[in-house]
Amino acid sequence: MTDTLSQTPDAPRKSASLHTQDARTKKRNAAEARFKFYGLTAIAIGLFFLVVLAVSIVRSGLPAFTQAVVNVEFTLTKEQFDDAESQLFKTKAYSGFFNAALVERLEASGIETEFDEKAVERILGKTGGTIREYFRENQGELGSPVAFSLATSSRVDGYLKGRVTRENMEDSRFLQRADLDLVDDLQAAGILKQAFNWNFITGADSGVDNPGGAGIGASVVGSFFMMLVVLFLSLPIGVAASIYLEEFAPQNRFTDLIEVNISNLAAVPSIVFGILGLAVFIQFMHLPQSAPLVGGLVLTLMTLPTIIISTRASLKAVPPSIRDAALGLGASKMQAVFHHVLPLAMPGILTGTIIGLAQALGETAPLLLIGMVGFVARGYPDGFVAGFTEPNSAMPAQIYTWAARADVGFYEKAWGGIIVLLLFLLTMNIIAIILRRRFERRW
Amino acid sequence: MSLVKLTTSALAIAAISATTAAARDQVQVAGSSTVLPYASIVAELFGDNTDFPTPVVESGGSSAGLKRFCQGVGTEHTDVANASRKIRDKEIKACAENGVTDIIEVRIGYDGIVFASQKSGPAYTAFTQSDIFNALAPKVMVDGKLVDNPHTKWSDFNADLPAEDILAFIPGTKHGTREVFEEKVVAAGCEATGAFEAMMAVGMSEDDAEDACLEVMSDGRAVDIDGDYTETLASIDANANGIGVFGLAFYENNTDKLKVATMAGVSPSTETISTGEYPVSRPLFFYVKKAHIGVIPGLKEYASFFVADELAGPDGPLANYGLVSDPELSATQASIAAEETMN
Repeated sequence: MTDTLSQTPDAPRKSASLHTQDARTKKRNAAEARFKFYGLTAIAIGLFFLVVLAVSIVRSGLPAFTQAVVNVEFTLTKEQFDDAESQLFKTKAYSGFFNAALVERLEASGIETEFDEKAVERILGKTGGTIREYFRENQGELGSPVAFSLATSSRVDGYLKGRVTRENMEDSRFLQRADLDLVDDLQAAGILKQAFNWNFITGADSGVDNPGGAGIGASVVGSFFMMLVVLFLSLPIGVAASIYLEEFAPQNRFTDLIEVNISNLAAVPSIVFGILGLAVFIQFMHLPQSAPLVGGLVLTLMTLPTIIISTRASLKAVPPSIRDAALGLGASKMQAVFHHVLPLAMPGILTGTIIGLAQALGETAPLLLIGMVGFVARGYPDGFVAGFTEPNSAMPAQIYTWAARADVGFYEKAWGGIIVLLLFLLTMNIIAIILRRRFERRW
Repeated sequence: MSLVKLTTSALAIAAISATTAAARDQVQVAGSSTVLPYASIVAELFGDNTDFPTPVVESGGSSAGLKRFCQGVGTEHTDVANASRKIRDKEIKACAENGVTDIIEVRIGYDGIVFASQKSGPAYTAFTQSDIFNALAPKVMVDGKLVDNPHTKWSDFNADLPAEDILAFIPGTKHGTREVFEEKVVAAGCEATGAFEAMMAVGMSEDDAEDACLEVMSDGRAVDIDGDYTETLASIDANANGIGVFGLAFYENNTDKLKVATMAGVSPSTETISTGEYPVSRPLFFYVKKAHIGVIPGLKEYASFFVADELAGPDGPLANYGLVSDPELSATQASIAAEETMN
């Protein structure tokens, strides 16, 4: 409109036709076409990086879901069981019995490759823990053959996955080149093969010399309990705070101050909350160390500002006419807010919550100081309440720990962990989308 | 479901757990990232072999671990501090101020520090302490005079070394490894090249000269690595001309990517370290809070399990991972059994 006004009325108007474009229209159209092109390029670049990221994660992570295993039937006698149980290093005794059984089996099968017991030891992983656990729980099966499927050492696993080759390996006490011949024989005989690594999905962390035994399951449970704490604390507190600030609080300096502080809090580096967590929750309130409860509390502090800001934004987005109508029909302020405004703001609140939770799920830094990063291999908690208080790790912390370990087997596990983390996040988002759909109302 | 109900139930759960908090049933360990691998092996086996729960082992560096250890007595504080160096007098004092007076020192074995570079990179195959000093110290000896370090390439001071720009990735100051690197490599090189005497000759006191001998240039040729050895490895991967400082065990787990250099003509291995031939090695420790024995279940058992012959001995899983076992292990076992504290 302003364009027509600025034109002087005396200036001779060019005759314009809708069928032929004049230079200015062409220029404007070209600018629009260019802008569309820029937009498309930006999206294409974004998609390209997304694809690169997804492909590299899947490519590096998929090997974590398979594991080279040795399938052997193994009989443990009552005497051997008692003997092993009487020792200090029990799992080593069990490994010894298992190795001896495997050597016997190999000799009987007439494998031509020469080998000694040391070679078998190098090929097999840390088998003792699994065997001991099984026979302690099933003492009735002592003396009868039991089929075991046990993880091999990380280098043999790498050999089957193509990570370790005869060319790039060096003879060491971990594996010798000659052992690979035996591995080939075992593979030909069907004793050693790749299998789906259930333990990776269900297990807990393992020592640095035992990548085959490491699993992410326990830390998934840890993350789950942390998210429960975050959800059930930050959602009600955050929503209550924003409703008060948005609908009831008087506009004065004090509320302004609070608003500024909440906005600032959202930008505080997450490690700061970790320090706070250590000082307040552990050293002052004496809550347990390394517990998902404390992790959840720390992450709640971190998530609250995000939820408050997004909730206030969605409350603001509800048209004032709805409030006015409710009040005009005689509803109290509280009724107007809870019966009319809040349901309409719900989708926005859910979006904010899910963004906050997703952020919290991926945080490692605040957990560093409260003892959830490191070697935490307690396994599954014994019950619901114990899930909050027993030491556990969280998924990002577990991934970080694995990525820092010397054995390459763990690096692969870290990528696999990222896949599980992304799946967890995806599930959370899908639940949020379903909830949003149900709450969505139009006016 | 009302918000009020949810909030109260969440707070109730928090309250229940707060009351049970006093009964911590697992050993809590923090400290050196060099000791962490060994401690995690032991922790896993301790959980597998005993009826005690698996201990929690955190990393963060020797200094950070000892600092947390010294914060006080009580279940909210850690029970064990891992350290890749001996506890300092200053730290013992800080401990005592917070009521942590009875500390049991446990030496678990020795660890070698090696210099390694990219496998296909320049031929860094032999170093002496003097080479490292000449490369990294701010003041070095040239033609019998103490001057500001003029070297930019390794071949500038040792014709046997490749003509490559000097670049070293060394452990950051929060790591116990840094102290060993400074004392056993840089300071040793300082004395061997005669720089120490030259400093004394220009009128520095012995203490000042010793401190000056430990200094490393901060112009980018020596890069502090504050993270784990994986970070050093990544830096080496990206810089073909770089050399990195690693623990022996880490190197042995990554022989496909790294090649190791000899130090003063000795190549690092568990054998050369245990005989003392390889010059750059250090003892590894952990410290136990005696006041927690009997309070935290399994603490004493964890300590004695750690140094048992079956684990820390020459044929145990720790030695298999790269720890050089301590010939005086039986004395350590006896001192744990008797709960002997440091004085």
